[in-house]
Amino acid sequence: MWAYLVRRIVQAFFILFIITMLCFILTRLSSDPMAQYATKQAMTAADRETIRRNLGLDQPMPIQYIKWLGLALQGNLGNSFFSKQPVLLMIQQRLPMTLILMSTAEVFIIIISLILGLIAAIKQYSFTDNLITSFSFVGYSMPIFFIALGTIEIFAVQFKLWHLPYLPTGADIWSPTDPYQMLRHLVLPVFCLVCIQTAGYSRYLRSSILEVLGLDYVRTARAKGLSSRTVLFKHALRNAILPFVTIVGLDIPFLLGGALVTESIFSWPGMGRLFWEYAERGDYPVVLGVLLLTSTAVVFFTIVVDMVYTVVDPRIRLS
Amino acid sequence: MTANPTFSQPSPLAAVDFVTEEVQEPLTPGQLVWRRFRRHRMAMIGGVGVILLLLFIIGGSIIVPETAANNTDLTASLAGPSNVHWFGTDSVGRDVFNRIIYGGQISLFIGLMAVILEVSLGTLIGGVAAYYGGWVDAILMRFTEAMLAIPALFLLIVLAKFIGRNVGQVTILGRTFSGSIGIVILVIGITSWMFLARIVRANVLSLKSLDYIEASRALGASNTRIFFSHLVPNTLGPIIVAATLGLASAILLEAYVSFLGLGVQSPTSTWGNMMQQAQSFLMRGAWWMWVFPSLFIVMIILSINLLGDGLRDALDPRSGRNL
Repeated sequence: MWAYLVRRIVQAFFILFIITMLCFILTRLSSDPMAQYATKQAMTAADRETIRRNLGLDQPMPIQYIKWLGLALQGNLGNSFFSKQPVLLMIQQRLPMTLILMSTAEVFIIIISLILGLIAAIKQYSFTDNLITSFSFVGYSMPIFFIALGTIEIFAVQFKLWHLPYLPTGADIWSPTDPYQMLRHLVLPVFCLVCIQTAGYSRYLRSSILEVLGLDYVRTARAKGLSSRTVLFKHALRNAILPFVTIVGLDIPFLLGGALVTESIFSWPGMGRLFWEYAERGDYPVVLGVLLLTSTAVVFFTIVVDMVYTVVDPRIRLS
Repeated sequence: MTANPTFSQPSPLAAVDFVTEEVQEPLTPGQLVWRRFRRHRMAMIGGVGVILLLLFIIGGSIIVPETAANNTDLTASLAGPSNVHWFGTDSVGRDVFNRIIYGGQISLFIGLMAVILEVSLGTLIGGVAAYYGGWVDAILMRFTEAMLAIPALFLLIVLAKFIGRNVGQVTILGRTFSGSIGIVILVIGITSWMFLARIVRANVLSLKSLDYIEASRALGASNTRIFFSHLVPNTLGPIIVAATLGLASAILLEAYVSFLGLGVQSPTSTWGNMMQQAQSFLMRGAWWMWVFPSLFIVMIILSINLLGDGLRDALDPRSGRNL
């Protein structure tokens, strides 16, 4: 087990090395940070050269990469070209907002998909099951901006026209006078995220519960005369939920990256929007910083989930 | 599984049955798959949906000329659905209904091409990794994992920025398209082969040790021959399923990329970039600009997903036991 862990960690560093190189090449070659100065009339060619040298852009690409990597390993992700702030500080400002949005959504997602998956599995092929399955199929096939624009249309645009209390979609999230301001801003994006994610999760949970319910040990438990409630919750659900836990666990680090489209539509100042705003401008220190943070989280969370899984399910032997 | 149970019963009566009963032709694997697929209600619904949408797009473009989709009419901008414009008009007075027909062509074309690219890359990388093993496998799989660890949309954006400079227009068969179509295909294909590579790798790994591969090698078959004429055809089932579901997600990704403004550029319409144009007019109540393209996106993706699910159950009878 320890040998396995060590091997996985060594692999993880190798993967992260590939990721940083890949991202560096892609971001660095795709945009010219000097482009922003090209249109400034007051700037001479010599000025531009000075800026280039100050930003370290005159050096060969491999040197730039090694310098960036060296600093990143010391926890210095450089400064943004545009806001001039340290990237780490910018991430620190955005991360809590993303965590608020994503963890609120995730709690609802897990609870609702558990309930829906369970109901659909117990009442297999009933009207309720068909309804839940159909809804999850539709939700699964829906781009999130469809729901987002739809909820804005109904709860913001139309409610305003009907003189009903409407929900905000942008503008200030913090308000010194109104403590519930942020809560109101949370409603719509959380609703959209829940709609999309619940669809996939509940479908998955339904099939894994059904699979376990068909196993011999469940039949044995029934034959012993246990109530169907005991069989379901004490015997079946425990095993059925294992793959679900893995899937949720593997999805959690991706929450750090935020929800790019949702955050953009609802002007939520999270990581996804940070990435998008600075990717559009070609501000590569910020883009690289966000990429590095999220993918590091993903790589190490995968190992943690694998390890936890062996504890939860002793049948799994790592080799 | 046995098509004719008579053959599997070694009872004394078997011989008698064999003579008296009319001998059934055993079904070929293809027939078995078709029979299971036909019984899958949801899959048939999905199949019918795909056919109807294709008829709408192809039939529509025969009836409606392309100029009608790109024709601007500023006097009729942002008009709601009416007898003249069934789905209303957009901000420069283009007919939304006509644009959905031509946008659908592009969206489906992008999806199809991206899936072809995805399947080629995935099969090649997964297959080579499994077949050669050792350090080739290690490097290719670490690369796959690296690609998977980057959030998909982030990777898509970075890559789109990387490839997508200003591209001109392309004229094919007398029609002019924005060159950005090619970029979107590349971007989606390159960022979505990873799951397929893993599926193919796992399949080839399990096939590799089978006797018939050994036999083939003993007969002097080359690596390339074994790879393409034995290993790839035998993983075709999972590949077909993954490709079908991949088509749905490629169309969805096109919508996302275009929605973010990185996709196909105007005047060529796609269902995704119609949504993006609609976003600015949301607060002005132009709901028809986004509702109709979205409905078509949802319908095509839903149909393809249902079809893909049915195919999976039909091609692999074990997977669909409880569905």
